[in-house]
Amino acid sequence: MAKSSPRRSDAIYGWLMGAPAFLGVFTFIILPFIIAIALSLTNARLISPTAPEFVGLGNYDRLLSVTILRLNPLRDEASGRLLRDSEGKLEFPRSRSILRSEERYEGFFEWFTVDIGDKRYVIAAKDPVFMRSLRNNLFFASVVVPLQSSLALALALLVNQRIRGARLFRTIYFSPVVTSITVMSVVWIFLYNKDAGLINQFVNCISAGQLGSVNWLGDVRSAMWAIIILSIWHAAGFQMVIFLAGLQSIPEILYEAASIDGANARQRFWYVTLPGLRNTSVFVVIITTIFSFRLFTQVRIMTQGGPRDNATSSVVFHAVEEGFRAGHVGYGSAISVVFFLIVLCISLIQRFALRNSGGE
Amino acid sequence: MSPIPQNCQGRDTPSTAGRNWIRHLGHVLDYVLLTGIAFVFLFPIVFMVISSFKPSTVIFRDVRSLDAFLPTTFTLENYDRVFARTNFARFMFNSAVISTVTVLLSLIVNSMAAYALARLRWRGQALVLTIIIALLTVPFEAIAIPLLFLVNRLFWPVLAVDGGNLTISMQESWLNTLHVQIVPFVADAFSIFLFYQFFLDIPRELDEAALVDGASPFLIYWRLIVPLSRPVFATVAILQFLFRWNDYLWPAISVQSEKARPLTVGIATFFGQNTDWGQILAYASMITVPVLIVFLLFQRGFIRSIASSGLKG
Repeated sequence: MAKSSPRRSDAIYGWLMGAPAFLGVFTFIILPFIIAIALSLTNARLISPTAPEFVGLGNYDRLLSVTILRLNPLRDEASGRLLRDSEGKLEFPRSRSILRSEERYEGFFEWFTVDIGDKRYVIAAKDPVFMRSLRNNLFFASVVVPLQSSLALALALLVNQRIRGARLFRTIYFSPVVTSITVMSVVWIFLYNKDAGLINQFVNCISAGQLGSVNWLGDVRSAMWAIIILSIWHAAGFQMVIFLAGLQSIPEILYEAASIDGANARQRFWYVTLPGLRNTSVFVVIITTIFSFRLFTQVRIMTQGGPRDNATSSVVFHAVEEGFRAGHVGYGSAISVVFFLIVLCISLIQRFALRNSGGE
Repeated sequence: MSPIPQNCQGRDTPSTAGRNWIRHLGHVLDYVLLTGIAFVFLFPIVFMVISSFKPSTVIFRDVRSLDAFLPTTFTLENYDRVFARTNFARFMFNSAVISTVTVLLSLIVNSMAAYALARLRWRGQALVLTIIIALLTVPFEAIAIPLLFLVNRLFWPVLAVDGGNLTISMQESWLNTLHVQIVPFVADAFSIFLFYQFFLDIPRELDEAALVDGASPFLIYWRLIVPLSRPVFATVAILQFLFRWNDYLWPAISVQSEKARPLTVGIATFFGQNTDWGQILAYASMITVPVLIVFLLFQRGFIRSIASSGLKG
């Protein structure tokens, strides 16, 4: 009797005390998730007089379809010789006319082209903007993840030294993290200004005027780099403190033992510090990758996906453009589901990598 | 016991003097490097704040030299203009209400749920815990669009006094309100998880002693667990506050009207309608500086909290 009565009250209190949170989590996380999957199978709109129609996997088909076309160069009809333009390059028929005329290419648009030998390959997708956004996210991640992680490790090592002022420097390096990325995106638009921006002033100063002024956000070649630099500046301090926690968890005795064995500073770094940071590093790399795929605010504020050709569009930006701006909730939901699957894969890789290290 | 080698090196030999000199040089270089990096991390913020007190013409003149970082002139004109041209006070109020109310509710709601998961025994507990942990991998960006669809179809009770009678009417759609920026974010899987981990480490003997004294589980939570768990309450409060204060994606899609607009959407809109950089930087400073001051006051708590949020995602 004495044993069962607290249990019964446990059950009542358990559900009562948990109810608000469980209800909230269900309504605002699980339910939207289920709605996302359901909507992604329809042509639902945000505001629409007609009920959504079931379209099966149509949204996913549009999102993920890619095909390749091979084009032969144009020949002069009389002589049969290859036509060349004024720069001596081969001329090809316009891909758009072929994509439009042939039924099997219905709904496809040119994404990009590759010339190999005297053939041109046209890679076409049903949603080239999505493909371009995915490519941008991958590029962003491939630069930010190694650069930011190693920078953060370097910062952590610097401020982990037993020197006066280390804490002050740690605070300074961390301070951008607590600022709003929205506000900083606006401020950096000014810093990136072609004529009056401080970034170009620094570039001019360092290169003694040798490098011309870069039109950071107005040029397709530099716009993504501008977003990358801002993003690293904003978040490096965050990874730094995670590395710091990792560094401080390495037992001091390992360093002492290494010193007694005659290891110099470099050897201590390679044989004690780095192996001790293995799990922290896996963790930092994974969360930085996930953050890279969540890229949205910088794009929305600084470039709106431009300056042209969707040069800086990201997956989340495209989802919001489709699902909110254009009101295509069904299609936007399909993008959200694909986005979630990407993030889930990255998380599973993390789990796998950490589990492997646990067995060592 | 063999002495540690470096301790038994002679102190006055010439070779050590040379080594000392190298060590000093190393120290100087260290500080040069640390300061250089500090400049890189600080200059946008310093430039923003200093320039907000200059007229735009002066800002554009000063960027040519180091004057960009010096208070060459001082005027509050930019701040005056921001208040005159926009509903800044309203947006500030909205952001403050959204952040504080979410923080307060989420401390209560999530800690109670975590207590139920960590310290009580009930049917379905293991399943709920598994679901909560699984939800940690769901980034908000993945549910923003369907959540928008959902809240547009939810009803919200509105109390009104109509001819002496208190009437409750149902208002359709949560869009363009403050509660659409609060309610969906109160229950938070990550906060539950942080509380849960902390509560697990509190010795169970304490509960059992209280149980013998006849205390109910809620009383144990309120009198025993909450007072013992100040650090984790601080962590959740800081994280939730920063997420709400700095959020842009959700208010950008769920709030169109000025009535419920927070500061982040405010500055984005202001920037879109305005080309006066002095005023834009004044606006930016007013959003950033209060948070930076709070950060500097409680930096240890901030850094520890945000480091623990690395678990998210």
